[in-house]
This record gives sequence, structure tokens and C-alpha cells, in this order.
Amino acid sequence: MEKLINEFSFGLFFWQLFIFIGLVLLLRKFAWKPILDTVNERETSIRDAMNAAEEAKKEMASIQEDNQKVLKEARAEREALLKDARSNGAEIVAQAKAEAKAEADKIIAQAQEAIQNEKRAAINELKNQVAQISLDIAEKVIDTELDSREKQAQLVEKLLKDASL
Amino acid sequence: MTYICTKIQTIRLVVNMPKPFYTYFVAFLMVSLNTLYAKTSNTKDGDTPSDLKSEIKAYILHHLEDAHDFNLLSYKDKTSGEKVYIGMPLPVILWDNGLKIFSSSKLKHGKSVVQLGENHYKLYHGKIYKTDAQGTITYDDHDHPANIKPLDFSITKNVVSILFTALLMFFLFRGLAKSYQKNGRIAKGVGRFFEPIILYVRDEIAIPNIGEKHHRRFMGYLLTLFFFIWFLNLLGLTPLGINVTGNIAITFCLALITFVITTLVGKKYYWKHIFWMPGVPWPMKIILAPIELLGLMIKPFSLMIRLYANISAGHIVLMSLIALIFIFKNWIGSSLSFVLAFSISIIEILVALLQAYIFTVLSALYFGFAVEEEHEDH
Repeated sequence: MEKLINEFSFGLFFWQLFIFIGLVLLLRKFAWKPILDTVNERETSIRDAMNAAEEAKKEMASIQEDNQKVLKEARAEREALLKDARSNGAEIVAQAKAEAKAEADKIIAQAQEAIQNEKRAAINELKNQVAQISLDIAEKVIDTELDSREKQAQLVEKLLKDASL
Repeated sequence: MTYICTKIQTIRLVVNMPKPFYTYFVAFLMVSLNTLYAKTSNTKDGDTPSDLKSEIKAYILHHLEDAHDFNLLSYKDKTSGEKVYIGMPLPVILWDNGLKIFSSSKLKHGKSVVQLGENHYKLYHGKIYKTDAQGTITYDDHDHPANIKPLDFSITKNVVSILFTALLMFFLFRGLAKSYQKNGRIAKGVGRFFEPIILYVRDEIAIPNIGEKHHRRFMGYLLTLFFFIWFLNLLGLTPLGINVTGNIAITFCLALITFVITTLVGKKYYWKHIFWMPGVPWPMKIILAPIELLGLMIKPFSLMIRLYANISAGHIVLMSLIALIFIFKNWIGSSLSFVLAFSISIIEILVALLQAYIFTVLSALYFGFAVEEEHEDH
């Protein structure tokens, strides 16, 4: 201990105290503060950049997801549209067929009715002509002499043969 | 001296720090050196030791002390038999009823008396004493010089080294701060090496010990302290023969600053823990208070002694091993000493960093205690 006290130099202590405190104050102002500030700033900026990158990555992923979703929806819509179109077409064709058939049936029915009418008209005409012919025959019969019964029968038979229907 | 060594060991036990294996060896060496130093002092002529071994011991002890001039080497002139020193003189500044300034070359390494007006000064064992015109040194009962010692504010070798380190640090870290501005917030040049160390001090020393909230206040001091001790430790390993951090005035100053800061920033919780320990019965509180108060003093004291002892020890071991080369003077012993000295040098480079780290960590820890806030689990 005695040696240590003996070795202690007040002058050196004074200079050390003076220079060291001066050094601390100077370095604090001109070196440590700017260095630590810069390092802190750099660290914050790096952290921010990393966070931003992470955010961007997440956003990108969500956008991609959205895209996929939209694509899927579009595909489904197209599918539905196609399906609709297909079923609509079939319906239209079926309807058209049905309409056509109905029309055809109607036309056929009309035709048949017309035929029936014609037939009826023809039968009526025939009936009228038969009556006319009968009258004519009767007239001729009356005109000729109807003496015998045999003659009369021959005549009728002859007339009937002449009357071609 | 033995007392100091045991003191060091008790303090080491108190703070429970790892201890390099060779400090035991050094403790032994210091004791033996000290006895020898006392012997050479008793001869009252330390400058002309009788044999090689005592010359080496005197040389080592001389190296450990501060000096008034910056000597790089010295040799004995063969023709005149005088010692020739190569180096530069430094200004001597004394306060002796007024400022007295002269060049240390006038002291001629204690061989001549400097006359300034009516006052005469002489260098004796590294210290300047006021003497008469003949430069007589009188001794007291304990063989210590009884002459008046004027207050010595000389720019000594250590002051020059501190100034050099301070300038180096200022330009280095100012350069780093500037390179950020120029280079888009990225360090350039030598700053690239120091930036991770600054971040290490912040992330591994300041924040874990002080806490995220308060650490910013202490960063300036902790960073300066760390680099200051580290650089001076490394400077001590150069062949310039500088021993700054192994000087008790330096370590005392650093420990004192840590102590003053701790005391000034101490919060209510910190003082409560010292004077009235919460959570123990009141008789214990009374017993604990003086122990805690003593701890308050021991903490900076251990800081002071740890750095001083480790660096001094390193220098003594290294110089002793180098000196062994000249003592052995044969191929086997000398080369063995060289290998040992070389390996200790490598270890010393690590110790230089380690001691700076320990001093900074413990300072941060003490600041952490001081600014700690009350929380539930106590």
C-alpha cells in the first residue's frame, strides 16, 4: 500500500482527469452521438424496410389469391353461361319442333276437314245428279210406252246400264 | 507490497473475477522485486547497480514508473563510461510558489541540479525534489527523501501517451462519424473495424447491464473508457516502453470517475438498498448497511487495483522473460525464454482487450445498479 501511495503522482492524475473528461465530452459530441444516431437510424430503416418487404409480400400473396379467385369465378361463370346456352338451345329447338308439329297437325286437320267438306259436297252433287238422272229416266220412260211389264223391266235395265256412275 | 498482493487477491475473491494463471507468479515476483528494490534503495545509489540481475530489476521497476523524458533506449559509452540516452526531452512544469517551466533535458536524468532563480531542483528516483545548490538529498528515518516535493504538473511520458491516445481516438471516431455522412450511413475504411466493437459495447455491455431505457446516457463514457483503456494497454505492448494503464494514478482516476458517476446517478432504490435493505428483518438491516457502504468503496477500489495489477504484472512478466535471455546467455535457456516471452506477448494482447472489457462491463454494471428501478420480485 505504501508503495502504491508513493507511486501516486498528483500531476499525472490531474492531467489524466483533465484529458479524459475532455475526451469524453468531445467524443460524445463529435463522435459517439453521430455514430450511435446513425447506427440507430440505420437499424430502424433496415427494420422498416424488412417490415415493408414483408407487407409487400403479404399483399402480393393476397393479390394473387384474389386473382385466382376472380379467375375461378370467371371460369364458373363461363361454364354456367355455356350450360345455359346449351339448355336454351335445346329448349328452343324443342319448342320449335313442338310448334312445327302443332302447325303440321293443324294443317293436316284443316286438310282433312277440307277433304270431308269436298267429299260431302261431291256426295250432295252426286245425289242431285242421280235425282236428275232418275227424273230424266222417268221422263223417257213415261215418253215411251210402257206396255208390258217386260218391256218396262228391259228398259229400266238398259237405262241402268247406260247410267254410268 | 505483500499486503497489496493479498489485498488484490481478497478483492479478486470479492468480485469473483477470472484470474490469469501468471498473476500468482507475478505476485511472487513482485514481492521478490520489492525486497530487492528496497535493498538497492538502501545503497542510496540506484543508478549504478552492482550486478546484471539487480540492474535488470532496477530497469524493470524504472520502466513501470512514469518518466520526465521520452527515452527510447540508452547505452553506456565505452570510451567515457557515461550513459547515453536516445529520446526526446519533455517539458517540466512545477508549482512552487509560482509556475516553473523548463525542459527535462536540464535534469540530465538526475545527474545535474537545475537552478531557477533562487530555487534548485533535482530528479531523484523519478521524482523532482527541491534541493540546495549542490543537490543534496536528506533522508528521514525510513530512508525516504525528506526534501520538499513541489507539485509536479510535468508533461511526462505518460501524459504524452494519454494525449496521443486521446488525439488518435478523436480523429479515428470523428472520421467514422464523418464517413457515415459521406457514405450513405455505411462506415468506410478503418471505421468498418471499429463499428462492430462500438455496437458490441452497446448491445453486450451497456444494454444488458444498464437496461434499454437508461443505457443511452452512459454510452459516451463507456465507449470512451473502453477504447481508452484498450488503446493504452496495446500501446504499452509496443517497444516504446510505455506503461500508462499500469500506473496507479491513471487507474485511480478512471475508477474515481466511475464512482462519481455511480453516486451522482444513484436513484432512491439504489440508496435504499445500501442504507436500509428491503426484505430483511431490521437487525439485519443495521448489520448490512455498513457492509453495503463498504462495498460502495470496494467496487471502484477493485476496479483500480485490477487494471493496475494486471497491466503491471504483464509488463513485469514480459520484461523479466526478455531479461532472462541475457541472464541465461546460452542457446537452450535463451531460446526458451524467447519462446516464453513471445507466447506471453500474445496472451498480453488478449489481456489488453480483456481488461478494457472488464473495466467497462463492471462500470456498466455499477451504473445499472444505480439506475435500477423498483420492481415486484424484490
